[in-house]
Amino acid sequence: MPMLKILIADDEAPARSRLRDLLTDIGNLHITGEAKNGKEAILLADQLQPDIILLDIRMPEMNGIEAAQHLQKLTKAPAVIFTTAFENYAIQAFDMNAVDYLLKPIRQERLQTALQKARALLPQQLSGLQSLSPQRTHLNITERGRILLVPITDIIYLRAELKYVTVRTAEREYLIEESLTHLEQEFGNIFMRLHRNCLAANAYIIGFEKRSQDEHGEKQWVALLKHVPETITVSRRQQHLIRMA
Amino acid sequence: MFCNAAIYNLFSKIWIFDDLPTLSRVLFCSFAICALTLYYFNLRQRASSPAVAEARLQALQARIRPHFLFNSINAVLSLIRSQPKQAEAALEDMADLFRVLMADNRELVPLAQEIALCRQYLALEKLRLNERLNIQWQIDNMPPDAMIPPLILQPLLENAVYHGIEPLADGGTINIQIYSKLNEIHLVLTNPYRTQNNHQHGNKMALNNIKERLTLHFDLEASLKSKQENGVYEVHITLPQQKQKL
Repeated sequence: MPMLKILIADDEAPARSRLRDLLTDIGNLHITGEAKNGKEAILLADQLQPDIILLDIRMPEMNGIEAAQHLQKLTKAPAVIFTTAFENYAIQAFDMNAVDYLLKPIRQERLQTALQKARALLPQQLSGLQSLSPQRTHLNITERGRILLVPITDIIYLRAELKYVTVRTAEREYLIEESLTHLEQEFGNIFMRLHRNCLAANAYIIGFEKRSQDEHGEKQWVALLKHVPETITVSRRQQHLIRMA
Repeated sequence: MFCNAAIYNLFSKIWIFDDLPTLSRVLFCSFAICALTLYYFNLRQRASSPAVAEARLQALQARIRPHFLFNSINAVLSLIRSQPKQAEAALEDMADLFRVLMADNRELVPLAQEIALCRQYLALEKLRLNERLNIQWQIDNMPPDAMIPPLILQPLLENAVYHGIEPLADGGTINIQIYSKLNEIHLVLTNPYRTQNNHQHGNKMALNNIKERLTLHFDLEASLKSKQENGVYEVHITLPQQKQKL
């Protein structure tokens, strides 16, 4: 049997070193890397292809629950074992979904059992945990076999186009396969629906202007955005938003 | 007399009083109002009596986050093999911290004692967070022997670490400023604060707890104000300066 490849993800150095000690004691496995937050964990997992990832839940940048959601989309998704200090509400959610978690401080025997039965999370197990992390901080985008993580706060607007949604940041555009309605539900507090096919980030809207369109010569409201030259037409139905803004 | 007439007017509209003679009616009403007023004063007095205040102070004992306890134990475990000396020091700090947390904390303590406790607490957090946690003390002008309620500052630091520093990958600085002015002590604590992904809930609990303990000790002479501005969260406590009784 080939040696198990393990990735450690925890923001606290002592916690990582403790796991390293325990794993060395267990032996017959290989620690392929260590990540300091959820985002790093995904990028390292993509690169190193570990069999198992030991994933802390409370981490900066991106927490473990969200990281697990993104990890699931990797071509070779690692098995996830969550590690956590006491957090009442979280533990209920784990038990309910029969996801493996280790309570810190972690015992060696407990870790050993977890490693033996570790397997990839099922989608329904993850959806059960979603309530612990109701809003993602990043969108993951697969591009030419690579995984890219775009921070939600960098997104200027989202526009639905046929099968895809265009994600616009100051630098460039990306395509994702998610529904605009679903994105609106998840990020309703960050984006404003200006048009049937477009959500714009409140933080990037500079103002509104009435402009004439070429075809009919009729004037229409458009939203002006920070960092990008293009404007977004505000549909008649959404014009009440301008008055509120 | 005018008052009685008014009461008579009011109650005469209710049918039951029409059956009674005028004098009994007035007497009945006066009696009822007297009884209610007395009951109110009695309640008020009981609520503010020292015994009740004592009991409430005891119930309001500051609580440490279990999250902190277990993470600290985990950090100490990681040190035992590689840096046993540091592990010993950490366990000693933990013992001191929990001794205070479990003690009967109704009496005021010198400011210097609370500061010492905070330093021990921060040493433990530093163990976990290392260079992510920076502390800036500005306490040159503080009166070290001024008396304050115990565990006023430590829970605020715990909040600052949990809500302010831990969510930042590169960490940040907590600033603690203590000074006295016009016979009042000011404790001002600031920490970086990101609005995204916060859990406001736990924070409010600790603040309300401190607020209530300040009120029980100093009534309206003490205050706690908090605000967030430009990514910085600030808590400002003002309390009267009291010297240790000899």
